Formats: sequence, C-alpha cells, structure tokens
Amino acid sequence: MSDIAIRAENLSKLYRIGNRESYKALRDVLSDAISAPFRWFRNLQSAIRNPQSANNYFWALKDISFEVKKGEVIGIIGRNGAGKSTLLKILCRITEPTEGYAKIYGRVGSLLEVGTGFHPELTGRENIYLNGAILGMSKAEINRKFDEIVAFAEVEKFIDTPVKHYSSGMYVRLAFAVAAHLEPEVLLIDEVLAVGDVAFQKKCLEKMGAVAKEGRTVLFVSHNMGAISHLTRLCLWLHNGFLCENGPTRDIISSYLDEGYKKITKWETQSLNNNPIQITHAEIISKSGYFDVKDDLKINIDYIVREPVSGAVVSAIIHASDGASILSTEDIDKNPDFLGRRSPGEYRATVDIPGNWLSSGKFFLRLHSGIIFQSIFDNIEALSFELIETGNPKIRAHKQAYLLPYLDWDIKKAN
Amino acid sequence: MGEQEKGIIVTLIRPSRGWVSLKLAELWKYRELLYFLTWRDIKVRYKQTVIGAAWAIIQPFFAMVVFSIFFGQLAKIPSDGIPYPIFTYCALLPWQLFAHALNESSNSLVANQGLITKVYFPRLVIPVAPVLAGLVDFCIAFLVLIGMMLYYGIMPTFAIFTIPLFLILAVATALSVGLWLSALNVEYRDVRYTIPFLTQFWLFATPVAYPSSLVPESWRALYGLNPMAGVVEGFRWALLGKADGPGALLTVSVFVVIILLIGGLYYFQRMERTFADVV
Repeated sequence: MSDIAIRAENLSKLYRIGNRESYKALRDVLSDAISAPFRWFRNLQSAIRNPQSANNYFWALKDISFEVKKGEVIGIIGRNGAGKSTLLKILCRITEPTEGYAKIYGRVGSLLEVGTGFHPELTGRENIYLNGAILGMSKAEINRKFDEIVAFAEVEKFIDTPVKHYSSGMYVRLAFAVAAHLEPEVLLIDEVLAVGDVAFQKKCLEKMGAVAKEGRTVLFVSHNMGAISHLTRLCLWLHNGFLCENGPTRDIISSYLDEGYKKITKWETQSLNNNPIQITHAEIISKSGYFDVKDDLKINIDYIVREPVSGAVVSAIIHASDGASILSTEDIDKNPDFLGRRSPGEYRATVDIPGNWLSSGKFFLRLHSGIIFQSIFDNIEALSFELIETGNPKIRAHKQAYLLPYLDWDIKKAN
Repeated sequence: MGEQEKGIIVTLIRPSRGWVSLKLAELWKYRELLYFLTWRDIKVRYKQTVIGAAWAIIQPFFAMVVFSIFFGQLAKIPSDGIPYPIFTYCALLPWQLFAHALNESSNSLVANQGLITKVYFPRLVIPVAPVLAGLVDFCIAFLVLIGMMLYYGIMPTFAIFTIPLFLILAVATALSVGLWLSALNVEYRDVRYTIPFLTQFWLFATPVAYPSSLVPESWRALYGLNPMAGVVEGFRWALLGKADGPGALLTVSVFVVIILLIGGLYYFQRMERTFADVV
C-alpha cells in the first residue's frame, strides 16, 4: 500500500459535444422559451430526468484503472482526442470525473502549460513569484530557489524587464525554469517539451530525468516518442477514452506505432477547424510505387491559410519504428520569407527526402503546423512507409544506424 | 480534499454530489496565492497609464464635483446640514469601492480562464482578489477625504473607529454579489453586459447623492434591503458625526449581506466543479 503513488479506479468523464466551445447566452435560453414554450419545457423536463439523452454526450474517458508505484516515471501516449489531457486534468483536479475515483499519495504538482498566469506587464522577477504561487510554491520556497531559477532560465540580465519585451525563447525558458523547480512528490506533465529550442529541450529532458532519479513519481503525456522512450520505463496507451494497453514502454510504443500507422501513405481530413493554418491533405510518393532506400521520397502537404499569420511553420518529422525522431524539416528552412508572413489561401508544399539516406525498415511521418514557441495547430501522426533494400545488401546491411547516407570521403594514400 | 495519512498528503479525487462543504480551510491554505493575485491586480491596474494611481483620486473627485454642481447647487438636494461636497464624497468612497469591486470580480473568472483550465487551486481566490485590490484605491481616495474634513473643519468623533466595520460590510456586499455574478458569467456571458446597468440603477437606489432621510421614516428599515444604503449611512455617521446612527436600516443591511454572502459562497462552490469545462 505504502509504495503506491497513484491509484485510479474506473475513472470516467462524460462531456457534452461542443461543451468546451459553446457557452450559452441567456438570450438564447429565453428566446427558446418564448418561441417554442412547450418544446422548451419538454426538453427541460427530459433534460432533468435523463441528462444523457437530452443532448449529444460522449465519454472522453471510460473506466480507466491503473496504479503507479512511487518513483515511477510513466508515459501516457495516444492519438489526439484519446483522452490523455482529460486524464491529466482529472488527476490535477482541474475538472471532476463523472464516475470513479483516484487517490494520489503525496504532494501533487502539475504542469499542463508553461507560463500559466504569466502577466506581460510584470517583470521577470515578479512573474517568477506569481507563477510560482500559482503552481503551488510558497513564498519562502520561491525565495530559496530564486537564483537557481534565474540561472536555469539564463535571463539574469533581463530579470527586471517586463516579460512583454522578452523574446519568445526567453519567455519559454523562464516559464519552464519556474515549473522545473517545483518539488512535488507527484508531478503531472503535459507536452511541455514541445516548446523551446533544441538545446533548451535537451536541458529540460535532463532536468526531468534528474527529477525522476530523485525518487519522485512523474506522469508524462507526450507525442514525442523519443522523449517517452528515453524517460519512461512504463507506459499507458489510451485510445478513444479507453485504456488500451499498460506495460513496458518499449512494447507499447511499437504496438502503438504499428496500430496507428498501418502503412498509410495518404491522409486527408474533411473536418475543417478555425485555426489560422490547417493541413488538409498529405501524401508520400515514390516514383517506383514501392519505397526503395535508393529512391527519393516525395512528401506533398496541402494546407489552408485562413488568416495572415507570421512565425508559422509547416514541418515534417520522420520517426523510426522505436519512436525516435530522426529527421525534422520545415518549409521555412530555405524560404525564410514565409516566416515573416503568410497570406490566406490554399498551398501545396513539397519536399524530397533524398534516397540512400535512411536505412531500411519502418518509418513514421508526423506532420505538424504551428507558430514557433506559441501554438500547435496540427500534429498529425497518420502516415507510415517501409523502406526496402534492393541493392547490394553487403554494402549496407551490417550498418546499424537510422541514417546511412553516402558521404564524400576523401581517401589519400599517405606514403 | 487533502487529508493526512501517516504523514503524507492523500488527495482523493471523485465526483462531488449535492451540496459540498465550503472548503474554507483550503482557501486559508492558499492564502499566499490570494496575496499574489491581489498584488498582481494592484500592480497591473495602472501600468501604462500616464498619471497612474492618481486615477484612484480623480474618479471619485470628479464625481463629487459633478454631483455638487447638479444635485447640490442646482437641484438643492438637502444634505442633513453637512456641506454637500463632503456629504457626497464621503458616500462616493465606499460606492466606488463597491462598484469597481463588483465589476472586476464578476468578470474575474472569465478573465482568468487561462488559469482555471490549467491549474488547480480553490477557485474562490479569483473573485476575492480583485475585491481586495480595490482597497488600495480606496485608501488613496481616503486621503482626499481627510483633506476635505480639515478644510471644512469637521472633527471626527470616536465613531470613526467603526469605519473598518463599514468597510468590511462594503467589501462583503461587493463580494457576495460578485460571487453570484462571476459564476453566472461563466455560463451566461450576458452577465457582463448587465453589470453597467446594474451598478447604474444601484447608484440611484443608494443614498449617495441624497440623504436617506428623504425616504419616509416608516420605509427606512426596508430601505436597508439595499446593503449599500447601510454602508453609506454608516460611513456618514462614522466620519461626519451625524446625530443619529443608522440603526434599523443597518441591521437589515447586515442581515441581507450575510444571507447573500452565504448563498453566494454555496452557489459558487456548486458551480465551481464545471468551470473548467464550460468557461
């Protein structure tokens, strides 16, 4: 009993469809009541008697039960809408479960977003105190860790400048630094590593690894399979609100990727949203019809820009079968003008992945659109392909690496 | 819901049903957060304004000037023998505190939805913080009142020591209404638009520009159903030494506030569990 940190029993959460977006206007309620009083009254009656049938409801989570031992670092994976964030929100007590219960042993800290409650008009110093208090630190605790936080964020010189003058990188670093110095016994984290530059991400991963080594319990939601497999030994896999599998990370990631991407080389969506950018169609094409390691791969991405945006990128990330992300390329890499401003319209972006780069095997393609350091509009994990070796196997088969490019070696005889 | 079990904190998460307890102990545990949010509201309020905290004086001061000209000079509204400007300024102080606190606190949950959907803490902190922040403005504007009392040569009596009590009553009134409206505002955004009307009507229903002695004696106690009437009359009595204390009117006001506040706390607590899903 005493070595359990989290115990969840049949946790379920019922949402009404559209519940998150639409708040009611009193006007609508009143005008409904006036224009069709009988129907309105009947609806009201049935809604009171049987809330489930009155509207469209769905289970965002259904009967989730699991146990986490003390000091364990657990990853939570699943597609968008699988219920990962809902589960985390319930465990953080932001929202209540509809059914079931969970017990958490120890002080809980949560990190669903970096910089929650940051106020642009306040200085870095002031925001550290405010954000620290919001995350549950006491003033004494923040005083004690203040210098450490500032050093970790590398913002010493700007600590008394309002954060609205910070670069987005500095902002994120400061925000993460405060959060990283929380010292709860149970830490719940949602996808916060998706922000910041590579060097800082690495620093964050190290910090999280260190947190785990100190014997704290961590629950970690991420799309970054590399981070999950690097940091966690055990994993929960959620699918459509159900707990699909629960076990060693290595096994779960490979079956998750298998399940998720049954060699699909084409993806499109009909459901349009209101994001400034949306990817609507994507395809992987090879000229020979199958995927040969020698051939170039062409990736087509169609997307819509609905309003002028700046700082936006569309990117393609290739993951190996174990989840490691081995290649990430962005449409602005060689077209920096697009970073400034994109005007509304429909676009097709095309990129070639050169042949003889990747090793043979299964790969997954993740597509992503968003604004750097700010928002993520799309995170589509839907495409996969398998590269096969058709040339002389002796040249490559013994090599053990994701990337097997042919580079220009200069060979000179010295004598 | 934290409870101790052999030295470690145990959090039990389950659906709450029916009327839950007020969890005031938990609010106490989060008092530092309340302090920081109040401090944030104070710090941020006059950022990027040229004259800064002088706004706290300008608003009631000009209201006083306008009231003195139109109601005092032109309409010749009686002021119980007290010079009209100080008579009305003394009432404008708690009124502005109330109106501002009510407005800020009613919009607070919606304004802080980023916090509500990302972090757990007792939600009660959110509408309480702006009410407390308003006290700073009140203190600044109070300095002007002291100056005016010197100018008019009004010596305070011992009754001045009861001011904190009336201040608490004003804050409690703002908070009790703010609790109801902020929770309603999460679900029905109409509330935001009704607040300006509400405060406008409420101002006329409150003896700010006129004395409550204009109200017939037999109705006076009933007038206390507007708790701000009790507050304003209390302020005048405590500061300007009007002969008779607010008596029956005040008693009614206090009862109304207690009922409103307890009702508001329960209503807020009951709605709290769905804030993050609806806001």
